[in-house]
Amino acid sequence: MAIQDIFFYLFAALTLLCAFLVVANPFTRNPVTSAMFLVLSIISMAGLFVLLHAFFLAAVQVLVYAGAVMVLFLFVIMLLDLKEETARTFKTFGVVTGILSVGALAAIAFRAIATSGVGTGLQPQAEGSTRLLGRLLFKDYLLPFEIVSVLLLVAMVGAILLSKKDIK
Amino acid sequence: MHLTPVGLEHFLIVSAALFCLGAFGVIMRRNLIVMYMSLELMLNAANLALVAFSRFNNNLNGQVMVFFIITVAAAEVAVGLALIVALYRKRQTAHVEDLASMKL
Amino acid sequence: MFDDFKPEDVAWIILFLPLLAAAGIALFTKRDGKFSAQISITAVALTFLVSCGLFLMFKDAKLVPTTPLNWLNIGDLKVEIGLRLDPLSLLMLLVVTGVGTMIHIYSFGYMKEDRCMGRYFGSLSLFMFSMLGIVLSNNLVMTFIFWELVGVSSYLLIGFWYEKPSAADACKKAFITNRLGDFGFILGIILVWATLGSVSFDELQQRLLKAPEAWSGVAAIAGLLIFCGAMGKSAMFPLHVWLPDAMEGPTPVSALIHAATMVAAGVYMLCRVFFLFGAHTVWPEFLSFLNGWSALDIISWIGGFTALIAALMAVQQNDIKRILAYSTLSQLGYMVMAVGLTGPTAAMYHLTTHAFFKALLFLGAGSVIYACHHEQDIWHMGGLKKKMPVTFWTFLLGTLALCGVPPLSGFYSKDAVLATASEHSVFLFIIAALVALLTTFYMSRLVLVTFFGANRSDHADHAHESPKVMAWPLVILTVPTVLAGFWGIDLFLGRQLAPEAVAHHGNFLETMFAPFGHAPLAALVGLGATIFGFSLAYGIYANAEKDPLPEKLGFLSRAMRDRFYFDEIYSGLIAITHEAVSRLANWFDRWIIAGLGVRGLHGSTEIVGRALRLVQTGNLQTYAFLFVAGLVLVLLFALK
Repeated sequence: MAIQDIFFYLFAALTLLCAFLVVANPFTRNPVTSAMFLVLSIISMAGLFVLLHAFFLAAVQVLVYAGAVMVLFLFVIMLLDLKEETARTFKTFGVVTGILSVGALAAIAFRAIATSGVGTGLQPQAEGSTRLLGRLLFKDYLLPFEIVSVLLLVAMVGAILLSKKDIK
Repeated sequence: MHLTPVGLEHFLIVSAALFCLGAFGVIMRRNLIVMYMSLELMLNAANLALVAFSRFNNNLNGQVMVFFIITVAAAEVAVGLALIVALYRKRQTAHVEDLASMKL
Repeated sequence: MFDDFKPEDVAWIILFLPLLAAAGIALFTKRDGKFSAQISITAVALTFLVSCGLFLMFKDAKLVPTTPLNWLNIGDLKVEIGLRLDPLSLLMLLVVTGVGTMIHIYSFGYMKEDRCMGRYFGSLSLFMFSMLGIVLSNNLVMTFIFWELVGVSSYLLIGFWYEKPSAADACKKAFITNRLGDFGFILGIILVWATLGSVSFDELQQRLLKAPEAWSGVAAIAGLLIFCGAMGKSAMFPLHVWLPDAMEGPTPVSALIHAATMVAAGVYMLCRVFFLFGAHTVWPEFLSFLNGWSALDIISWIGGFTALIAALMAVQQNDIKRILAYSTLSQLGYMVMAVGLTGPTAAMYHLTTHAFFKALLFLGAGSVIYACHHEQDIWHMGGLKKKMPVTFWTFLLGTLALCGVPPLSGFYSKDAVLATASEHSVFLFIIAALVALLTTFYMSRLVLVTFFGANRSDHADHAHESPKVMAWPLVILTVPTVLAGFWGIDLFLGRQLAPEAVAHHGNFLETMFAPFGHAPLAALVGLGATIFGFSLAYGIYANAEKDPLPEKLGFLSRAMRDRFYFDEIYSGLIAITHEAVSRLANWFDRWIIAGLGVRGLHGSTEIVGRALRLVQTGNLQTYAFLFVAGLVLVLLFALK
């Protein structure tokens, strides 16, 4: 077994475990805990990205998600001063329907992957080097790139406007 | 336990599992912020699948797509959290069961 | 533009002069009544002069087509606006413009005190335009257009005094009754076009000659449908009810439109399309009970019946204009009967002379009414002979002509009709003779009561002769009234309408006694009926103070006076159908539209809405669950 394979299993297990702890931590319902496990999950996913030779995206993942986005989450949690969810129990009906639907979804997805033979005969080749990605972004995808920048501006204005105290 | 060399399907299985976990969180959790985090998990699952496809199909377009997704997700989180803040100001809660005023 | 000018294109002037006058009056000079009247009179006098010129130019020609304007091309349907000059239209032109000129001049005196004189003359010019359009038209569609225009101008003029409710009702009645007939007319036109593929008179005639068998299957129905139009305009039974009410209009209008010209348009049109009736009649399956009858038979019987009932009604009327109106009805019945008995020449002959003397009679009646301050009841007149000598003598001449006293024009034309009847149907001949008798009776009654005896009211006492502008047209109209019998009108028409008949011109005396020569029975019976009718009337009404007939005849007299209750029957029928239809409409509206349509839609929408509202729990988790469930379903479907 190659060293990459070991790392893959390590990161995959870490990602899934942390994701599980984000959504269903058996010990606490504190949103801050969830947020911290989300950071862990995202960082291990960045490791998966590295294994896929997507180095630039791995960096972006850590910077944007684990950095900016999670800071925003934590900031809001602190701002709202959300307390731990107490005394609120799961509803049986909700649990059953949730598990059922998600289980069905999972079953379909896994069966599709298993039966389609999607990965057979494929060798990893693409190198996600920053140079190539940048060339692509600024040549073929220039217009979407610019539009996304406008989208960010709009989101910024919207966020400022929404969180102002008195919306006129 | 016999472990085969890691291929595309391994990444896809991780991605699908991650997606299902996210969906489960959205359905089960009632805290708006945690629901939001679950949504981010689902987005990341999609990202993982895209990067894996890109790697194994020798096509960098998938990575460009992921780049855009991350950007849009950042914007979405900014606006969404601003909405939650505004909502919390009005209702003093971030709990979905307290936010059922649309129901007749 | 004038390179290919032909003299016959002058006819366009005739058509458009009155329109110009009407437009000018309506747009610019309506407020100035006098000036409008002068415009209108000038226009009609000019058209009369041009008509005379055309008549002299083309009186020997058989058919003079003018340069047509292409008006409409839809697929195979080609409609031209073209004028047609032939003996029929030339004669009718002279009648319409000649009588029209006299009546325009007369109106100038009659309407002098009316403040809406401009409107009056504008409408009158519009009428002249429409009427001339019918006369000159060379195809059915153009005829129909002007037919409707005539209806409109008639409507405007009957309702001229629209402040009077009776006038307003009368014009509506006339218009709606005419619409009934016109509906049949347009169906007939469509049928003719569908069968023969043309609407132009010329082409129709040619196609009939080439392929008569295509036509024979629909000839009877198409003929009757076209006759429906004539039935409305010429006020034949059962659409006769509007004409007496139309007397609500000013008297000159009654003279021009509802006696001399427009009501004759039906007869004119029948003569114009007479060639369509010639075909052998085959009735379709559902009308097979009519086998053995031709369309012309039906037309002649309707004409005869109308003539008889109208004459009976006239006997017991007391309004001077209504007597004349029923007399008009009765004479129109005569003409239609003559057409039905394959004698269009006789019909047109009678139409022409009738136009003269009936216009004269109406104008005389108008003069009497004017003198008696709009008193119209003959029993409130009396003794007017000395006070209004010109009116009396002209009126008397008109009456004699209408009664058929030789050698006045009416005698010859009526004799032509009677002769036609005697040749074809004994029964209709008897009816015609009876009508002649009744005509003399009621006209003698009218003259005896109005002009002889003592004054029966202050109005009659203070009556005096009408002004010159009204008296002169009366005098001028007596000329054709007296002499039209010697002008050879029947020979002139016969060239076109009955070419096979031998035409011979005799000298004056021969013409005078011609009726006794070739149809002695008809002439003698007509004369006998006249004499008998007059002596009967003289016996009853000479110096009578009030009408003795109601006591003698009892119910019959009342029925005659009340027009045999046709109006009541019609309004009853209309009320019944109206009630039934409105009940049905009410039920339909209440249950189908409001119940099923409106409330059903609203109810089902509400139920579905209430059901769908249950899905909207307002719970975010439920939505998320439904979202995932939907996703699962879609994936199941897509990945199957």
